[in-house]
Parts: sequence; structure tokens; C-alpha cells
Amino acid sequence: MKLPEGFVAVVKRDCPTCVLIEPVLQEIARGGLPLTVYTQDDTSFPKLDHVVDDTSLERSYRLDIETVPTLIQVENGEERSRVIGWAREEWAALTGLENIGTDLPPYRPGCGSLSVEPGNAEKLALRFGDVSIHSRRLAIPELEDDIEYCFERGWSDGLPLVPPTEERVYRMLQGTRRRSDELLGEVPPVLVPLTIEKIAVNAVMAGCKPEYLPVVIAATEAALDPAFCMHGLLATTWFSGPMLIVNGPLRKAIGMNWQGNVLGQGNRANATIGRALQLIIRNVGGGRPQEADQSTFGTPGKYTFCFAEDEDTPWPSLAEERGFDAGQSTVTLFSADGVQGVLDQKARVPEPLIVSIAQSLRTVGHADLVNGSDAVVLIGPEHGRVFDEAGWSKAQAVEALHAQLNVPGDDLAMGTNDDAAPTTASAGGRMPKFRPEGLTLIRAGGRAGLFSAIIPGWLMKGPLGTNPVTKEILS
Amino acid sequence: MTQVILDPTGEQGTAQRDPLPTPASLKDLTVGLLDISKVKGDVFLDRIDALLSERGLKTIRFKKPTFARPAPVGLLQDIASQCDVVVEGLAD
Repeated sequence: MKLPEGFVAVVKRDCPTCVLIEPVLQEIARGGLPLTVYTQDDTSFPKLDHVVDDTSLERSYRLDIETVPTLIQVENGEERSRVIGWAREEWAALTGLENIGTDLPPYRPGCGSLSVEPGNAEKLALRFGDVSIHSRRLAIPELEDDIEYCFERGWSDGLPLVPPTEERVYRMLQGTRRRSDELLGEVPPVLVPLTIEKIAVNAVMAGCKPEYLPVVIAATEAALDPAFCMHGLLATTWFSGPMLIVNGPLRKAIGMNWQGNVLGQGNRANATIGRALQLIIRNVGGGRPQEADQSTFGTPGKYTFCFAEDEDTPWPSLAEERGFDAGQSTVTLFSADGVQGVLDQKARVPEPLIVSIAQSLRTVGHADLVNGSDAVVLIGPEHGRVFDEAGWSKAQAVEALHAQLNVPGDDLAMGTNDDAAPTTASAGGRMPKFRPEGLTLIRAGGRAGLFSAIIPGWLMKGPLGTNPVTKEILS
Repeated sequence: MTQVILDPTGEQGTAQRDPLPTPASLKDLTVGLLDISKVKGDVFLDRIDALLSERGLKTIRFKKPTFARPAPVGLLQDIASQCDVVVEGLAD
């Protein structure tokens, strides 16, 4: 925007400081200095021969005015310097008028510019800024309820959605430095190209804050990684959906929960980040229940399944185990069914506790089925203390669990399908219940309760199924 | 005031596609038999294969590496280039 030569003042009548300095502006104009005044709210203010109507706030937006009055010195169409609020000495120095406003107090702070009022800033950025939003704009008919409209369009997981207005999506996009038109890949099952903007629209609907957006983006990148096999996970008749585990400093920064009721309701970040990923798969990918999603039962975790790990323990975090530093924030996706509790209130040393957890793990899928899926085991703080006090590392605990989970091959003969039929390898011998990398221990949960939690998943078999995928969360 | 919201969908999902017309007869057509690697899919397709062969029809067998993932593009192209119709053993 080319500026008029001389001085530009931005004011509003609603600001007492602007009203106070009206005589000063008149004095500048009388002194013959080239002065242009932009008024934000009332074109009859201030009383000068000429004021410029900026009730659209376009000039104020483009000049990045945060406070009125602001006086800007312009040379060759470019801003040279500015004074914010009323400060007599600074105004005198800028204008070269030594005796300016000598009958006024020496200093008065200004008021907030209308262009930065809550609600206005987003509207102005959309109207005058370089923001480009490409999504189709849908006008909700008058007299129609916006939330009901979202239900009617088939966008909802069954719960109300936050209507994704342009202003809300703009605010959401401020949560990332990435370009809104950046392509992340194709979302199954329909394989529709996905942009950061579409993630933002769905994150708004899920109820996310802008600062959650980078987590949703990283989770989506993980879901689109071929190793995760999102298409198969969506389409399977099995229970599973994606489960998100967040590690690193961002957990605290955005207020996630890894303590009491960690898998339950009540934390906005946990609830809405997981929900956003599900909405992206539903709305962008076209993955809907009883259509491409053929799950027999589903699981409540398919509304949302996201939590953080307790990293204040002697064990390395999930992210560290997967090759990241403690200073990096990450999100890891697993396929996950429901939660099976492990109750052992008697073990005070690790060995019997390992036996308890292993016996419970034996029933994943079917007690007489091996290598069906992986399992995540959440070790609660009270069970964790049993390992910590005995000096057991995480690797030691995992190894001990695997050792307890060598299922007698003859048991498999009692199984119910062809996979469990005895083979040369299993008959008389033993078969591991889980593949070597198939058990993951996570520390989380409330302080009271000698419990752990088993979360099995779907068909985790390397290239033949789904695999955990970790992505760094980048701003 | 009319509220404007943004479309959260991909906006370019595939349009509704009608299935190809069912052939009036299988005479002189090649039938692909696709096993998706589900348990006993082979039992089902062996039977279909025998029934079609008895009628003098040409069959070609195909198999996905895993039912968990979409068919590899190469496999889809093989089927499309060699067969007129396909029978898929879809479930357990």
C-alpha cells in the first residue's frame, strides 16, 4: 500500500487519548505539514478539513496498527518511523514542532485499534491478507441451525461438531508455520489428496485449539505412512482404530493428560486430537462405518483414542525407544482395540507381577492363538514402582514377559481355526505369543491403583499388516 | 445473517460409478479367480474353478499377498489385462 507523503495518523473517536489529541492534529494541519488522518469509527472525527474513512479497517490492517493514536512519518511512500499513543516529546521530535501539545499531559497511552479487536483480526486477515482458503464455501440457509447442518451433511462421528467457519479455520491455521496448501498424501479409502487446510477444517470441527494442530498434522502423516496400513485398519471387521501416544515437551505445553483417567474423558487435547484424525479419515478419506469401515463391533476408541506418556519415570519413553531425543515431541500411532485391565495387588517384586501380566496377555485374541497382533501394556504408577524399586529396566521387563509367553504348541491344537492347528514347529514345542517387537510398555495413569492395562491391536505383522509409526511434531 | 462454513471433505471423491454390464454369457470369456489370502479362500475358489472348467471356460488364478492391504497395482493390471470377469473370494 502506497502511503501519502508527510504524516499519517490513525485514530478512533471511541478512544479518549485520540479525543485528547484532536487539537494537536489540528495544530499539525494548521502548521502546513502534510497530514493524512485515517479514522476507524466516525468520519466526523477529528474535526479537520479532510479525514480518510477507514471504517473498513483495511488501511489500519495493512499498516499493522495495534494502538490508536498512531502517528507515522512517511518518506517516498514508505514508512520511516512511528509513535504509538500520545507522548509529547516523541510527537515533537517526529513532527519537528517543538511546542506541540504543551497544554496536554506529557504522556497518555492509546487504546486498542479496532483492527485487532477479537473477531476483527481474523475477518480482516481473510479479507485483506495473503491468506488463501481453497475449500468450498457452503452457505448455511437462514433459520437453519449450524450444528444441525453439519450433522445433515454427514460430517459427524455422532457428536456435535464445531461449525468450521472461515474465521475459525484461519485461527486454526495460525497453529502451524506450514503452508495451508501443502499436500500430505492421499487419505484412504477413497485416496483423496489431503492438504494442511483440510486438516485444519476437521480439527476445528473436532474442537481442537490451534496449538494442537501440529500434533494432528503429525498424527495424520503417521496414518498415511504405508507401514501403518490405515486402509486395512479402517476396512477390517476387527475392532481396532488408530491410537495416538504423544511424547516430549509438547505434551506439557498443550496440557495433555498422562495421569489419572488417562484413557478417559475430560481432557480437551487428548479428546480432540484423536477425534480430529478420525474426522479426517471420515470426511476427506470417505471412511464411514457400515461402508468402507466394516468393523463388526468397533470400539469406543474410534471416537477418539489419544493420550500422553508419563515421562517422569526411570524408563526410557516410547519416543526414545523409537530413536528420538527427549527434547523432540512425537506422536506414535498404534492400531488399538479396547482396554483389558490387569489387577495384581499382591506382587511386591517384579517376577510375580510379570507372570500376572503375561497370563493376562495370553488371552489377547484367543488364549490359544499366537502371533495374531501386538499389544501395548500401560504400566500404572503403582505397578511401575514395583519395577523401579527392584531396579528393573524396561528392556528387562519386556524380555521377561516374552519369556513367559512361549505358548506350548500342544495348546494351539485346541484352537479354533486353521492357524492354530499344530505344525512341525508348534507340536510338542513352544511358540511365541507375540513377535519380538510386538510388546510395547508405556508408563501412564493415576497414582493410586495396583493395575496395568492391556491394549491389543489389529494384525500387526510387518508388511502383511499394520505397524506402529512415529512422526516428529513440527511447528 | 447467513453463516458460511468450509467444506471439510475432499470435494473430489470419486463420482458414483455404475458397475460394468453383466455379460449375458461367459462363453469365450476368461474368468479371473482372485484369492485375497483369507482363510479357506482357496477352498472356495478351487470349487468355483472346477465348476467353471467343467463348462469349458478358461480360468486364471490370482492371489493378493495379504488381505490386509489393497491389491498391488501390478496385480490389478495383470487381472485387467488378462481377464474379462473376476470372481473374488472376499471373506473367511
